[in-house]
Amino acid sequence: MKILHYFRAMRGIMARELWRFLRQRERFIAALVRPLVWLFVFAAGFRSTLGIAIIPPYETYILYEVYIAPGLVGMIQLFNGMQSSLSMVYDREMGSMRILLVSPLPRWFLLTSKLLAGTAVSILQVYTFLLVAWFYHIEPPWEGYLWLFPALVLSGLMLGALGMLLSTFIKQLENFAGVMNFVIFPMFFMSTALYPLWKMKESSELLYRLAQYNPFSQAVELVRFALYGQFNAYSFYYTLVTLVVFLTLAILGYEPIKGMNKRKGNG
Amino acid sequence: MSSGSALEVVNITYAFGRKIALENINFRIKQGECTVLLGPNGAGKTTLFSLITRLYDTGSGKIAINGHDIQRKTTTALTKLGVVFQQPTLDLDLSVVQNLLYHASLHGLSRKQSVQRIQEELERQGIYPRRHEKVRQLNGGHRRRVEIARALLHQPSVLLLDEPTVGLDVPSRRAIVEYIHALCRSEKIAVLWATHLIDEVYEQDHVIVLHQGLIRAKGVVKDVIGQAPNAENVQQAFHFFTNEENLP
Repeated sequence: MKILHYFRAMRGIMARELWRFLRQRERFIAALVRPLVWLFVFAAGFRSTLGIAIIPPYETYILYEVYIAPGLVGMIQLFNGMQSSLSMVYDREMGSMRILLVSPLPRWFLLTSKLLAGTAVSILQVYTFLLVAWFYHIEPPWEGYLWLFPALVLSGLMLGALGMLLSTFIKQLENFAGVMNFVIFPMFFMSTALYPLWKMKESSELLYRLAQYNPFSQAVELVRFALYGQFNAYSFYYTLVTLVVFLTLAILGYEPIKGMNKRKGNG
Repeated sequence: MSSGSALEVVNITYAFGRKIALENINFRIKQGECTVLLGPNGAGKTTLFSLITRLYDTGSGKIAINGHDIQRKTTTALTKLGVVFQQPTLDLDLSVVQNLLYHASLHGLSRKQSVQRIQEELERQGIYPRRHEKVRQLNGGHRRRVEIARALLHQPSVLLLDEPTVGLDVPSRRAIVEYIHALCRSEKIAVLWATHLIDEVYEQDHVIVLHQGLIRAKGVVKDVIGQAPNAENVQQAFHFFTNEENLP
């Protein structure tokens, strides 16, 4: 019976996240427009200035749009992960996080379920983006769309766990702007989302190293290879290990001893 | 654990850094007993609720729900606990029924059970016809009723309400106060109701006066009045126990 309880709770948490997402049309449109603007405007502008050599998983010369498409998939998940953490800070300020945390289930399970729910939303966004991108000649092989799914689950969980971890440090909603400047932008720009590693090495060894060890780079590479039906073992293990680290720290952060008990009560 | 206690709070002390929020708190609530936790703002009521719901960790002392230690048997203890928090905790963009289904799933209710329990609780409060409306469309009183219905969905034996009538108009307040007292009698639920509004106390209630983190008085209403010299009603007793001049 206990297993049934776990299953029902997870289903409920996922349903809530999907209901919320579908009710917030602006959020859906924003999540879609952001990467599409990058694809249609940024990539089109840079097409002529950036030549991409043949690098795995690609087997031929590719257009810049094709190169950055997986990076933009990563961007969707990165923003979604951060948005989830923003909503957790908001939920905690508004109190609805309490409803989740006083449920008769272990906290690690509740937080992991919330993470899975956020990842499910991000996967919906990604496939919608890829559908639009297909009409813009981003046409990976059909099986790539299938292989992409498990990669998206892993990368989405890792980025969501990072967001959850950040939400344990952010005490007020107003502080969230800092996340934008100090997490999202550096992670995105110091990664392989926009330029391949070898290109970075040419200009800066430091940037190259930072991008190489940036977990977001590895998530993007995992997605890039999966989209072309290939498995990048290094990226897979790197993403998996960072997921475990971020999630463990986030769960510890939400434990009563180290988490909410330091925040001031008001009654 | 004493027999018959639905909620037991023993020797609880809690501090935020150096500031002591609660000191040596002890009380018990039996099934079917409505206990009003009276205290001015900042008395420590919300902190106490956060400890009972294990949002905060009990450093010293013990809290038990139906005999289950909240620290050691957290999930078992929480199974029998219903909570209405001071802050509104409903999802405004979801419908009433979606909010309740979410809660029911967290407590492991099947879809069939959930639908049945939601209907029972909403009908009892006269808001069943509005179940498909977004919470945003409801007024403050109705939102509170939904929160109370939600807290009762899984049929808890202990119900905590943290200032549930704050910000409501007089008729809504009266309706909620009456409803909770009726619930105590009919369902034999143990209720702990935090408030600073004295008119919410009924004669048959138990009262705990909390001030600056200490219990100043506790017992049935007439006993608490008797503990305050020259007090003729709860209001006068409350003023006596929270008056700076009378502090030990």
